[in-house]
Amino acid sequence: MISFNHVTKKYSEEMTAISDVDFTVEEGKIVVLLGPSGCGKTTLLRMVNRLESISEGEIVINGENSKDLDPIELRRKIGYVIQSNGLFPNMTIEENVMLVPDLLGWSKKDKRERFSYLMKLIGLDAKDYGKRYPHELSGGQQQRIGVVRALAADPPVMLMDEPFGALDPIIRDKIQEEFLQIQREVKKTILFVSHDIDEAIKMADKILLLRDGKIMQFDTPSEMLAHPKNEFVSQFFGKDRAIKSLSLHTVENLREVIGLGPVDETIQDTKTIHVHQDLRNTLSMLLNQEADQVIVTDEQGENIGTITIDLVQKYLHFEIKGKMSASQEG
Amino acid sequence: MGNWGRFLEVNSSRILELTIDHAILVSLAIAVALLIGIPLGIYLTTNQYLADTVLQMASITLTIPSIALFGVMIPIFSLINQGIGFVPAFVALVLYSQLPIIRNTYTGIKNVNPEMRDAAIGMGMKTHQRLLRVEIPNALPVIMAGVRTAVVMNIGIAVIAAYIGAGGLGVLITQGISRGDNYLIISGSIAVAILAIIADSILLLIQKRFTKKAIAD
Repeated sequence: MISFNHVTKKYSEEMTAISDVDFTVEEGKIVVLLGPSGCGKTTLLRMVNRLESISEGEIVINGENSKDLDPIELRRKIGYVIQSNGLFPNMTIEENVMLVPDLLGWSKKDKRERFSYLMKLIGLDAKDYGKRYPHELSGGQQQRIGVVRALAADPPVMLMDEPFGALDPIIRDKIQEEFLQIQREVKKTILFVSHDIDEAIKMADKILLLRDGKIMQFDTPSEMLAHPKNEFVSQFFGKDRAIKSLSLHTVENLREVIGLGPVDETIQDTKTIHVHQDLRNTLSMLLNQEADQVIVTDEQGENIGTITIDLVQKYLHFEIKGKMSASQEG
Repeated sequence: MGNWGRFLEVNSSRILELTIDHAILVSLAIAVALLIGIPLGIYLTTNQYLADTVLQMASITLTIPSIALFGVMIPIFSLINQGIGFVPAFVALVLYSQLPIIRNTYTGIKNVNPEMRDAAIGMGMKTHQRLLRVEIPNALPVIMAGVRTAVVMNIGIAVIAAYIGAGGLGVLITQGISRGDNYLIISGSIAVAILAIIADSILLLIQKRFTKKAIAD
């Protein structure tokens, strides 16, 4: 758990980078720091491992005030991932990944075992990749290595500064999925900086939206989309926030609320979609194809019904717009 | 060609001896220059103000003509009865080597990718660990380029040191000039050139041996 208690950072009397930020990242959850450039999100992140100083207030990590800890010890207990992956070109992949365990004086055997385990997590062959150098890997592979390097000494807390920002959209999407999969297994307490709204919605248990170093809103993605607290928040998420919120709902959710349509075998050129797909992807698929229905399949690959644009719209009206209008009245 | 044959028959052992003297003078001067210059260059990366001052002083030293610097050394080292010979030449060569060594060490480390440095600090490396494991290995090609410059330059400058009695291949050239003996001048010059090429090649091999392929690319 990371608690920010009325944290403020001033460069001078007039220059305040962070003002009175107060929130908590719960054990095993991901909080995404989101906001426009220069809003102080990276500064806030770097205050946790004391790469930036704190002017007022305190940051408490798992019950310990960060000020009371030796910065070197503190940093070794926190996984740190940066955008350009920060791998050291003079070290092999294994040396890179095992750097913190090495600094902590782990035995050779422990390091070897841990390395194999971590490489398995990201689906790379430990023997093959261990001896290679970072420049021999693709951007996506390097970023994966950057992530497992932060996990190497099994730190309870991780800081991720736009870790997937430099990747192309397709790879980024894949690595995000992969990372969420890993997170389900390792359950770290994560602070994650992003300027990408879709990434924030996808990754976050809660989003902290910042502007000029002040908290605009701290909420779950669906709450923030449904009930933006002020003009800035609703503008930041844009007019299409209804569509964005579709990515928080799956075909399964829709089926539970309003049910799917019957399968019409006569319609040709019908694509299929998995029941756990999100509705935003489903909608894109519907809009991109000739046929006006998509067949929904379950885990066993059985056809369990069809979905149409009308159904998505109906669901949107019931579930999402209903909540939004309720908030505007209230 | 017959003349060359006879010349080398008489002088080859002397040329070899002077070449070895020359190499020893330069090697010792470079060894001491490295011991001073590399730690100083590393230290300067942490002190911007001092860095500017020291680098400027080292630049100024390099602008002093070598013959003048050797001249200046004579009265100073006469105080300890070492006015001419090995000591003043050695000191002058150490001074001349400082600029390329300090500047390349400083620049090499300063130019290590700041994100890499950030990652190193963020992962909890202490200053010396960061220097030894990240910054120096990644700055090595630049540092070695400075050392190679210093070595080749010193092999040339050490020729002038013959004028203050420091020995070395300069002896052949100065004698050749005063006697009007072209054989001496040419053989001395070629020996200096070959020595410089060999020294540079050896250093390049060392550099490649200690630089990971990843950085050399």
